[in-house]
Amino acid sequence: MPYAIELLNITKRFARTVANDNVTLRVQSGSIHALVGENGAGKTTLMETLYGLYQPDAGKIRIHEKEVSIRTPHDSITLGIGMVHQHFMLVPPLTVLENIVLGAETTSHALLDLRKTTAEISELASRFGLSVPLTEKVENIGVGTQQRVEILKAIYRKADILVLDEPTAVLTPQESVQLFRILSELKEEGKTIVLITHKLNEVMAISDHVSVMRKGKIVGEVETARTTPQDLAQMMVGRPVLLRVEKGEKKPGGPMLVVNDVSYVDRRGIGVLKNLSVEIASGEILGIAGVEGNGQSQLAECIAGLLKPTSGSITIDGIQIVGLTAHEVFARGLAHVPEDRIKRGLVIDMNIKENMILGMHAQQRFSSRLALNRKAITENARLLITKFDVRPMDPEAIARGLSGGNQQKVIIARELSRNAQVIVASQPTRGVDIGGIEFIHRTLVQARDSGKAVLLVSADLNEILSLSDRIAVMYGGRIVKVFPDNKVEESELGLYMTGSKGNAAQEAQGD
Amino acid sequence: MDGKKHWLEHPATQNFLIPILAVILSFAVGAIFILIVGQNPLEVYSILFSQTLGTSYGVGQLLFKTTPLIFAGLSVALCFRAGLFNIGAEGQLQMGAFVTALVGMYTFGVPAFLEVPLLILAGMVGGGVWGFIPGYLKAKTGAHEVINTIMLNFVAAALVSYFVTNVYNVPATVHTPPIAPTGRLSRFDTVFAGFAGSPVNFSILIALLAALFVWYYIDRTRYGYELRVVGLNPKAAEYGGISVSKNIILSMTIGGAIAGLVGTNFVMGYKYYFEEGFSTGTGFMGIAVALLGNNNPFGVILAALLFGMLEYGGLVINTMVPKELVSILQAIVIIFVISSNKIFRRILVNFLKKRTLSIND
Amino acid sequence: MISQIFSLAFLAQTIRITVPYSLASLGGVYSERGGVVNIALEGIILNGAFCATVGTYYTGSALFGVICGIAGGLLTALIHAVVSIHIKADQIISGIAINLFAVGITKFVLEILFHSSSNSDRIPGLPHIHLGFIENQPDVARLLGNPLVLLTIIIVIASQFIIFKTRFGLRLRAVGENPEAADTVGISVTLYRYYGVLISGVLAGLAGAWLAFDQHSFTDGMSAGRGYIALAAMIVGKWNPLGAAAACLLFGFAESLQIQLQGAGLPTQFIQMIPYVATIIVLAGFIGKAVAPGADGVPYEKEK
Repeated sequence: MPYAIELLNITKRFARTVANDNVTLRVQSGSIHALVGENGAGKTTLMETLYGLYQPDAGKIRIHEKEVSIRTPHDSITLGIGMVHQHFMLVPPLTVLENIVLGAETTSHALLDLRKTTAEISELASRFGLSVPLTEKVENIGVGTQQRVEILKAIYRKADILVLDEPTAVLTPQESVQLFRILSELKEEGKTIVLITHKLNEVMAISDHVSVMRKGKIVGEVETARTTPQDLAQMMVGRPVLLRVEKGEKKPGGPMLVVNDVSYVDRRGIGVLKNLSVEIASGEILGIAGVEGNGQSQLAECIAGLLKPTSGSITIDGIQIVGLTAHEVFARGLAHVPEDRIKRGLVIDMNIKENMILGMHAQQRFSSRLALNRKAITENARLLITKFDVRPMDPEAIARGLSGGNQQKVIIARELSRNAQVIVASQPTRGVDIGGIEFIHRTLVQARDSGKAVLLVSADLNEILSLSDRIAVMYGGRIVKVFPDNKVEESELGLYMTGSKGNAAQEAQGD
Repeated sequence: MDGKKHWLEHPATQNFLIPILAVILSFAVGAIFILIVGQNPLEVYSILFSQTLGTSYGVGQLLFKTTPLIFAGLSVALCFRAGLFNIGAEGQLQMGAFVTALVGMYTFGVPAFLEVPLLILAGMVGGGVWGFIPGYLKAKTGAHEVINTIMLNFVAAALVSYFVTNVYNVPATVHTPPIAPTGRLSRFDTVFAGFAGSPVNFSILIALLAALFVWYYIDRTRYGYELRVVGLNPKAAEYGGISVSKNIILSMTIGGAIAGLVGTNFVMGYKYYFEEGFSTGTGFMGIAVALLGNNNPFGVILAALLFGMLEYGGLVINTMVPKELVSILQAIVIIFVISSNKIFRRILVNFLKKRTLSIND
Repeated sequence: MISQIFSLAFLAQTIRITVPYSLASLGGVYSERGGVVNIALEGIILNGAFCATVGTYYTGSALFGVICGIAGGLLTALIHAVVSIHIKADQIISGIAINLFAVGITKFVLEILFHSSSNSDRIPGLPHIHLGFIENQPDVARLLGNPLVLLTIIIVIASQFIIFKTRFGLRLRAVGENPEAADTVGISVTLYRYYGVLISGVLAGLAGAWLAFDQHSFTDGMSAGRGYIALAAMIVGKWNPLGAAAACLLFGFAESLQIQLQGAGLPTQFIQMIPYVATIIVLAGFIGKAVAPGADGVPYEKEK
C-alpha cells in the first residue's frame, strides 16, 4: 500500500533539548496509525512539525510520495492535512458553524454564505456521524462535541490525513467509543489517521500500525495485530539502568496524610478526581504512578489547599484540612513541591533568598511586624544553599538565571526547611540534570527516614520504582491499583497506567 | 548556563541604559521639529538647560514642577510593582487636593503642628478612597483597573467641579476659599533668598519622604514582599499563601493616597486654595515618570526632575519654539522606552547569538 | 418646560454630539475586536480634527478637509499599530503616549501655522443637502442634511454587518478572541490586527473632522475626552457596533440635556458623570456581562 505520510530523518532541537532525534515515520494510506510514548517523548512535536507549526532542523517530508515543504499550517491544510490539537483551537464565542468555516469561508457578495455552507457541513456531518449543533456557540458545548467540531473543521478543509493528539484525554468512556466509531468511518472513506496516545487499550482496539517513541526517537514499529499491550508497555518505558538510591528498611508509623473519598469537578464540569482514597504513613514514600493528566496534579493541589475538593475529606495527622487556605495548610504541617516550578513554585524574577522564604515570610524569624529581617533571610539562604548545594552560591542571584536543577533545589530546600510532617512532591526531578536528580532523591529518602510522610507524584517510572515504598497507580481520576512494595515489573505498571488493566479496563469492557 | 554573561545582558545595565537611550533619541527627534521651525536645535537645547538648571530661580521653578510628578510617579510605580496599572493618579490627586483644601477651610485656629499633618492626612484619605474603588472592583469583580481608573478620573473631575462651582465657591473664580494659615507650607524663598519668586516649597521634602517610604515599604517590609510576589507571579503568591485580592486593594489604596499628596504642593504650598484645573495631566505624566524611572522610587525622582525640567523648560524656549515641543518630547520618550525594551532585547539576543556563533566557528 | 427641552433643536443637539462619539466608538470596536486596546482614540480624534482644519483652510475644499482628517487619523493609528502589533509593546501605554503626542503636536503646528496657541482661523462648514420638509427649522435642516450624519448612520449599520456577517468580520473576531486558533487555520494575525487598528484610525479621524467642521475651527485640546467617552460607550455597548452607537446616543442625550439644564442654572456635573459611572457599573457585571474579546490587549507571540 502507498504511504500517505513519510517523515524522513526529522530532527528538531529546542533550546535545551532535542525533541526529535533523526526520526523516520511512514504511515500507510488509508490506515490508522497509532503513535505512542510517554509524555515528553516527542510525539506532539513530530506531528506539529508535519502540520507546519515547527520547522525541522533536518529531514524531509513526503506526502503521498511527493516531497513537500511545509512552512505554515496553511501549507499543510493545502496538502490535505488536518490536525486536532490536544488543546482545541476553537474560538469560544463564535458558533460551531463559524468555527468550522473560519479561514475557509464561502462568500457571496462579500457576505458569508452560511446557507450554502450549512448544507455542505450538515451533509458531511451526517455522513461521518459527527452530530454537532451548528448554530450554538462553542463556549456552550461540551468537550466531546468540541472535538467533533475540530474533526469537522479538518474534513471541511478536505483533509485526507487527520492527526489527533490525545483525543480521548478529555472524553468520557462513552464519548471515546463514539470517537472510535467515527474514526473507523473516516478510515472506510479512505482517510489516513494518525492517533497520538498513551492508552494502549485504545491502540489495540483501533489502530492498524503502531510506532513507539521514547526520548525523541522511534524505538519500535509493529503491526498492531502482531503485538501485545505488554510488549508495547515495555517498549514505551524502556529498560534503562535504574538509578541507584541508597535506602534502608522503611519504618512506617501511623497514617499521617489521609485522603478519603475525594472528588473534584473542574470548572468545565469534568470530574477529574473520582471518589479517590489513599493513605500515607509517616516514614514512608508513596509513589503515585500514572500518565500525566489523570488527576495527579489536582490531587496534589487539593491537598495543598490550592483547589477545594468537591467532596471528601483530607486530614494531616487527624486534622481536617479541606477548606483551609494554602497558608493554613502549610501551618498544619505540609510541604509542597509543585509540579510547575516556573508557574507556581518560584517567583522567577526574584532572587534566591527571597524565593527561599515564600510562604514563610510572615514567620517571626524572617519578619518583625513590619520589617523583613534581612540578615536572617540572607543567613537562611546561605545555609540552605550550602546544604542543598545550589549553584550559584549567591543568595542575591535571580532565579531566572539558574539552571532547572538549581531552581528545583531552591524549591526543595525551601519546602524541606518548613519542617513539615507531610511532603507532597510533584514531578520533583523534571528537567533536572542527573546529578541534581540523585541529590533530590537522596533528600527525599532522608526525609522519609526522619519520619516524614512523602507523597511522590511522578510521570517517570524509574523514579517511582527506585524511591517508593508503596506504589499507587492513578488512571482516570482514580487509584486503580496499590502495590504494597516496589517490586513490580515496569510493564505491569504500564498496563495499569494505560488503562489496559485495573478497574478502568473492566469498566470499559462493561460498557 | 551559569557562565559569564556579556555585560549588556545584565538587567541592571539595561534598566539604566534604556531610559537614557530613550531620552537621547527623543531629543534627537525633537531636533527635527526645531529645525522645521527654522531654529538651531543646539541653541534651543542649550537655552533649555541653562535657563532651568543654570539659575536658582530656574531651579526653583523646576523643583516646583517636579514635586507633583514625584507623587504621581510613585503612585503609578507602586501599583506597577503589584502588577496593576494605575491610570487613575489624575483623579486620585484631584480628590486628594480637594479634600486637603476642604479640611483646611474648616480648621481655622488649629495650631500648625496639628494642622499640617491633618491636611496631609486629608489628602491621603481623598486619594486613597479614589484608589480603593478600582482596587476593590478589580479584586471582587475582576473589572479591569485600567478602564475603571480612566472613568474615575472623569468622575473626580466632575465631582470637584460641582463642589468648587456650586458649594465652596469664591464668586467669579473657580477656586475654593483659602485654607487655614496654619496649614500652609513655607516657600523656599522665605528661607533661601536665591529662590525668590519661584513657588518651590517644603512639599518637595514630603515628596522625597514619600519616595523613601515607597522604597522602604516595597523593599524592606513583609507587606512589600507580598506586593512584589503578587505583581511578579500571582500563582506563586497563591501557592505561598499570599492573598492576591487583599494586595490588589491595598496597593491601589496606597497608590491613591500617595497621589493624593499632590495637594501639599499646590494647596498647602502655593495657592492655599483648591482650584479647578490646577493639574494639567500630572497623573498621566506620572505614568511616564514611573516608566522612565523603571518603577524604582529613586528612579522616579530622577525621571520627575527631567520631566519637571522639561515642563518649565517649555516656557523658557517659548520665544524660539512653541513650548509644546516639550510635550512632544515627553510623548516620544514614553514610546521609545516601551519600544526599546522590546527592540533592545531583540537586537541584543541576535547580537549575542552571532557572537557565540563566530566564537564557535 | 418639558416641551421646550425636548424640541427639534434638542434633537439636533443630541445628534450633533452623538455623531463623533459613534464614529470613534465604532473605531474602538474594530480595534478591540481584533485584539488591540485603543486608548489612543482621543489622540486620533484630535489629530483628525487638526488635519481636517488645515486641509480645508488651505484648499477651501471641505471634501479635501475630510480626506485630510481621515489621513491624520490613519497616520496616528499607524503609530499605535506599529508599536502594539509589531513591536508588541504595551498597548495601554502606547495609547497614552499617543494622546500626549497629539496634544503637543497639534498645538505646536497650530502656533506655526496660525500663530495662536488656542485656535485656528475660521473654516467653512460642510455643505449640506437641502431637505425640503423642515426648511422652517434651518439649523435642524442643515444638520440632518449633513452628509456626515448620513454617513455615520450608514457606517453604524454597515459595521454591524461587517463584524458579524462577513468573512472579514469573522476573521477579525477570531484574531481578537483566540489568535492561536486563527493562526492554525492560516489567518494572518498581524494583518487583521492592522486592519482593525487602521479602521479605528479612519473612523476616529472622521470624528475629528466632524468636530472641526462643527466648530468651524480647530481649538486646542478640542477632543476634550471624547475618545474616552467613545471607549466607555464601546464597553457599555459590549463591543457591538449597534450597542456602542446606542450607548453613544444615550451619552449624547445626557450631554445635551446637561447643556439645556445649564441654561436653567442647575448643577450639571452629575449628568456629566453618567457615561463614566455607567461604564463602571457595566464592567463590574451589575448589568449583564461585559466581556472583552479574549485576547484584547495581549500581543500575539508565536512560540518557536
